[in-house]
Amino acid sequence: MTQNNTVAKTRNNISVALVVNGTGQRFSVAPWTTLLDALRDQLDLTGTKKGCDHGQCGACTVLVDGRRVNSCLTLVVMKDGAEVTTIEGLAPSGGLHPLQQAFIDHDAFQCGYCTPGQICSAAGLIAEGKAKTDDEIRELMSGNLCRCAAYPNIVAAIRQAMSVMVEKP
Amino acid sequence: MAQFTAPCPPREGDISRRSVLQGAVALGALGPVRAADVVPHAAIAVDHKSQVSKPMTSYIGTATSRIDGHAKVTGGAKYAAEFNVPGLVHAFVVASTIAKGRILRIDASEALRVEGVIDVLTHEKRPRMADTDQAYKDDVAPEGTPFRPLYDGRILFNGQPVALVLAERWEIARLAASLVHVEYEQEAHVTDPYRQREAAFVLPEPAKSRGNAAEAFAAADVRHQGEYHVPIEHHNPMEPFASTVTWDGGGKLTVYDKTQGVQNVQRYVCSIFDMNPDDVRVVSPFVGGAFGSGLRPQYQVVLAVLAARALERSVRLVLTRQQMYSLGYRPAMIQRIELGATTGGTLNAITHDAITVTSQYEDFYRNETTWSGLLYKSANAQYTHKLTRLDLPTSCDMRGPSATTGVYALESAMDELAVALSLDPLELRLRCYSDRDQNNGDVPFSSKNLRECYRQGAEMFGWEKRNREPRSMRDGSELVGWGMATGVWEALQVPITVRIKLTANGHAEVACATSDIGTGTYTIMAQVAADALGLPLDNISIKLGDSTLPQSPVEGGSWIAASVSNGIVTTSNAIREELLRLAKRVPDSPFANATSDEVALADGRLVSRLDASRAISIADVMRVGAVDRIEQEKSTSFANDGKHAHNAHSALFAEVKVDEQLSVIRVTRIVSAVAAGRILNPKTAHSQVMGGVVWGIGMALHEETLIDHKFGRIMNANIAEYHVPVNADVHDIKVIFVEEQDHIVNPLGIKGLGEIGLVGVAAAIANAIYHATGKRVRDLPITLDKLQR
Repeated sequence: MTQNNTVAKTRNNISVALVVNGTGQRFSVAPWTTLLDALRDQLDLTGTKKGCDHGQCGACTVLVDGRRVNSCLTLVVMKDGAEVTTIEGLAPSGGLHPLQQAFIDHDAFQCGYCTPGQICSAAGLIAEGKAKTDDEIRELMSGNLCRCAAYPNIVAAIRQAMSVMVEKP
Repeated sequence: MAQFTAPCPPREGDISRRSVLQGAVALGALGPVRAADVVPHAAIAVDHKSQVSKPMTSYIGTATSRIDGHAKVTGGAKYAAEFNVPGLVHAFVVASTIAKGRILRIDASEALRVEGVIDVLTHEKRPRMADTDQAYKDDVAPEGTPFRPLYDGRILFNGQPVALVLAERWEIARLAASLVHVEYEQEAHVTDPYRQREAAFVLPEPAKSRGNAAEAFAAADVRHQGEYHVPIEHHNPMEPFASTVTWDGGGKLTVYDKTQGVQNVQRYVCSIFDMNPDDVRVVSPFVGGAFGSGLRPQYQVVLAVLAARALERSVRLVLTRQQMYSLGYRPAMIQRIELGATTGGTLNAITHDAITVTSQYEDFYRNETTWSGLLYKSANAQYTHKLTRLDLPTSCDMRGPSATTGVYALESAMDELAVALSLDPLELRLRCYSDRDQNNGDVPFSSKNLRECYRQGAEMFGWEKRNREPRSMRDGSELVGWGMATGVWEALQVPITVRIKLTANGHAEVACATSDIGTGTYTIMAQVAADALGLPLDNISIKLGDSTLPQSPVEGGSWIAASVSNGIVTTSNAIREELLRLAKRVPDSPFANATSDEVALADGRLVSRLDASRAISIADVMRVGAVDRIEQEKSTSFANDGKHAHNAHSALFAEVKVDEQLSVIRVTRIVSAVAAGRILNPKTAHSQVMGGVVWGIGMALHEETLIDHKFGRIMNANIAEYHVPVNADVHDIKVIFVEEQDHIVNPLGIKGLGEIGLVGVAAAIANAIYHATGKRVRDLPITLDKLQR
């Protein structure tokens, strides 16, 4: 057994600075801490969900420097200095982002657990500018699982938000 | 970027109407003018097709956005693992690596040396737990000896929890869990249903067989017999199973749990730990999907409570996705169907046999077989259900339990019979149409508009253009197939209690300990209460998912919508009677001689049904009565007259396209036409049925739990290798709600929708694949390799 030497030293934390939803945050984290766990456990931003912790379901999707990433596969120490946007910071305080409104309008969720990840992923998708057709939206949103299977409504919601965001960028 | 301001999370189980109504406004429920003022994008509101034209005052039947929608799209909705309290201890499960045997020794010394580890609990080192089977039986436990987590050294299934690491941080607990060394004495196990097929034992007859199916089959003009196979499937809700237990001092606990029944969990925890019911409160305002997996309390809640009691601290335990495969599952099953018909296409013999699987310690089963003789008219019907035991956890309910699987086999067999008869499969269903429940006393249905489902579904799909010959339709390199099937579910209802608090300002709080697992219960409760109390929707607040609220059974079986809605009406009637009693005290009261039946609540007033000009506002009634609120709590139960069968039905039409060379299968179109009584909210109802249809795509093409029988261990215990449909798998789905008035099933005529959307879908797809390819695959899922064989 090689595990005899694995008794961990957990004290060697690393200092990292992030801008989370517009606010500067300084973390002292163990090197193995994922962005997902830091958001949920240290900043109480529980809108970002843990569905698999393996990058398989997309529930943990957040925007890092405007790009959608699986926060469960992202170590905080990799992102020193980055700007992170979570579902809680997507819209100006008190308001709803066009995607959030469109998800409500189209009933693009049931249980709601995958929803923050879907919405952040959709925001990333729209910023990428690649998806023009429903088929392209479907393909490029397939990293976000929805077990309640609101998929057609998610596509409709994204289409609605895309049109609004093009009109009012 | 704007300064971040945290949204105010809703109080537990209390959806603030004010903050969450915007969706409803956007849909036009309160009128487009105001919507434009309130919601920036209201003008783009959608889904006009699913809206029904009803008076503005009638919320029931009007497409309404979820009242909890705002909380869910902003991250404000809190799930079981998201209640953060100071000093929380994080727990991590160590799981068995063998399927059967016993623990010889657990060495936790290395784990305990990790800085930040507080303790490691095992069966040898834990607080006291109950030692009788009875204490571990939850409200919906099957017969047998319930599993007791961390109770003793016996191993009953691979992945069984054998130790619980407790640490100051989650990552530390996870690391330390990998350092707990367990030695086992292994015994021979069996996890393969086909190896245990001969060991299956016969269950009590699920319904009385009728006539002599064997003789009638032998004498039939046209016969079909086939064996159909469904693998183990796992629910895989997006939210992992989790419990956060807060130590509230003096031994009191609040348990935030992922469950479909807070009171079931509360009784279970009290029973196992011999706790006073007042000392355990179970809360679950939001559930990230469950699909039956949350009906029974799962072992993480026992372990989290155990740890909290051991440390006298607050504890959180979240199962990993992999560990969720050590919970219940849809049982694998082998079904045999024999159908005997006349050349004219009427059935005279149905035999439906099923073998399903369970654990070694509990007998979970539902009734797969009798759907056959319920759905179709046949003088002779024979059912046999056998159960076989495997070294796995106990199987459990998964969406549409028994009907989903039983009807898959039946409807595949009916398609094969139609081929044998050279008859259109829809025409065969019509010739075998049953207006009576022949299983249970040959009684009529309280309502059954399946004929209309067939008609409207076929019309929308364009079924009449179907060429009956297999491989006769194509689109470029793809073979095109059209298949159809029928769905059926039972319209169930359960005793329930609802409390309503109406205040003088015309606001009402409606409370019941039921759950909303994503089905839309919050919203339909508000709709029904608004109509029953004659108040605007945004004057209603809903409390649910809290064991301290009035009693509700677990949410499952599609029974909550009917039960809680009629419960709300019962309690609203009591509110109205109390208002009338007070209104009679008003000087020169217009209601001096009025009876309860002669008054209604509308627009915030008590109004005479005989003369609408006779009315008093709720505020005035309460002022005269010198009260500032009226509170009523009433129980509702549902008597079955025994003279009617209560069922929901559906007709499914599916189009598949199959690549001729590669056999890649795409489900390009599905029409689901549903007759399920009164539809409370067409918007959320549409989502439920659409979700069920997608589950059917998964069942037909993707889902299968694969076990390495050598180790008795699940090989694809994750959500990448256990395939579920993704967005790219889902194309055109159309849902039709066929008008179906039912004055018998319950006063509001509601049948429920959670299951019916799934039943029949897999068969419709399988039949379409046969039609496309000419190849009949009788074991699910239909993967491309099976078409290539």
